[in-house]
Amino acid sequence: MAAYNLLIVEDSPTMRQLISFSLKRLKNVKIVEATNGVDALKKLSEEKFSLIIADINMPLMDGLKLLSIIRSDPIYNNIPVIIVTTEGAEADREKGIKLGANAYLSKPIQTTELLKVVTGLLKIEN
Amino acid sequence: MDKNESDITRKAEEFLKVFRKGEEFTQELLKENERLRYRTVQFEDQVKALQRRSEGPEIENLKDTISHLEEEKTALINRYKAVEDENKDFAARYLEVEDENNNLANLYVASYQLHSTLDFTEVLTIVVEIIINLIGTDEFGIMLIDEMTNELSFVASEGIDSIKNKKIKIGDGIIGNVVKTGENYFEEDLEIFHPASDLHPIVCIPLKIKDYIIGVIAIFSLMEQKNKKLTKVDYELLSMLAGHAATAIFSSKLYSQSERKLSTIQGFIDLLSNKNK
Repeated sequence: MAAYNLLIVEDSPTMRQLISFSLKRLKNVKIVEATNGVDALKKLSEEKFSLIIADINMPLMDGLKLLSIIRSDPIYNNIPVIIVTTEGAEADREKGIKLGANAYLSKPIQTTELLKVVTGLLKIEN
Repeated sequence: MDKNESDITRKAEEFLKVFRKGEEFTQELLKENERLRYRTVQFEDQVKALQRRSEGPEIENLKDTISHLEEEKTALINRYKAVEDENKDFAARYLEVEDENNNLANLYVASYQLHSTLDFTEVLTIVVEIIINLIGTDEFGIMLIDEMTNELSFVASEGIDSIKNKKIKIGDGIIGNVVKTGENYFEEDLEIFHPASDLHPIVCIPLKIKDYIIGVIAIFSLMEQKNKKLTKVDYELLSMLAGHAATAIFSSKLYSQSERKLSTIQGFIDLLSNKNK
């Protein structure tokens, strides 16, 4: 059984596969994918997660809305959240951090940086 | 005896007492002197013996051992330095391999996604996603050649609303020339890049199936976080895109055409079979 259950919330299948492919290099991780915020909340109600990686720009429910719901829910508010966006803009970063994101990654995501942030938040060795 | 005589006698006795003590002290000094002379002779003998030993073969052996150990120490220090340098090389090589691994993963995902569907619109969406997410650009377009007019027109684009309806003749400008020559175009120095026109790309790669060119991918700017630089993997990704995207776009186009033809034929067959009934 995997020690860490990671949830990737991303509408682009290419990005989902890319993030998932990079994270599979870590030991003892299980990866679950969600296509938007609504799908992510459904997955969150079904199983426990150690970390969430969420894109900001998504249809139905964006990453920031998902983050605010997670942070206001006592069941999920301890789960570390990494926000991913295409824009390198400071405003989005600030919004995400204000809402309680633990880290922020800009696209194009560098695998080394992604693994560093994830292992840092999960306190595991890469 | 009168008083004077007794005083003299007492003084003489006292003098004799002091004289005897002096004699005893002198005797002791003589003895000590003798003992010290004996010790001096002993030390002199010891020094002579030590001198004899220091010139002997034992010392020579020890000296040899010391010099041998010194050489060994220097060799070990040099070996340690060499190992340290080797470790640094290994660490640098490890990082290179790690980078290469990440790049291969990106290339794998990109090519896997490109060939995951035969739907023309989906293929274009995937190419757009790869360009945005893996290369990091927000102003670009995919242009295909219209075989009837021999002109290039945009079939998908991002952030170039002002030019997305423009058409380019083969051989015209940088984009038209890329189609004509089949060569990739990369603007040399993005730090000092000033576009000569709104159709002046920083990167333009032909979509090629062997020597057959079906269109181009034209990139007009990079995202801020790219710091006006294309990395090694960007060039690799773009080169890979040139081949894989072309094949994926071409196959999906052929597939949709054949699907359309199939449904037309099926329509005729249905019509004919209904007439025959």
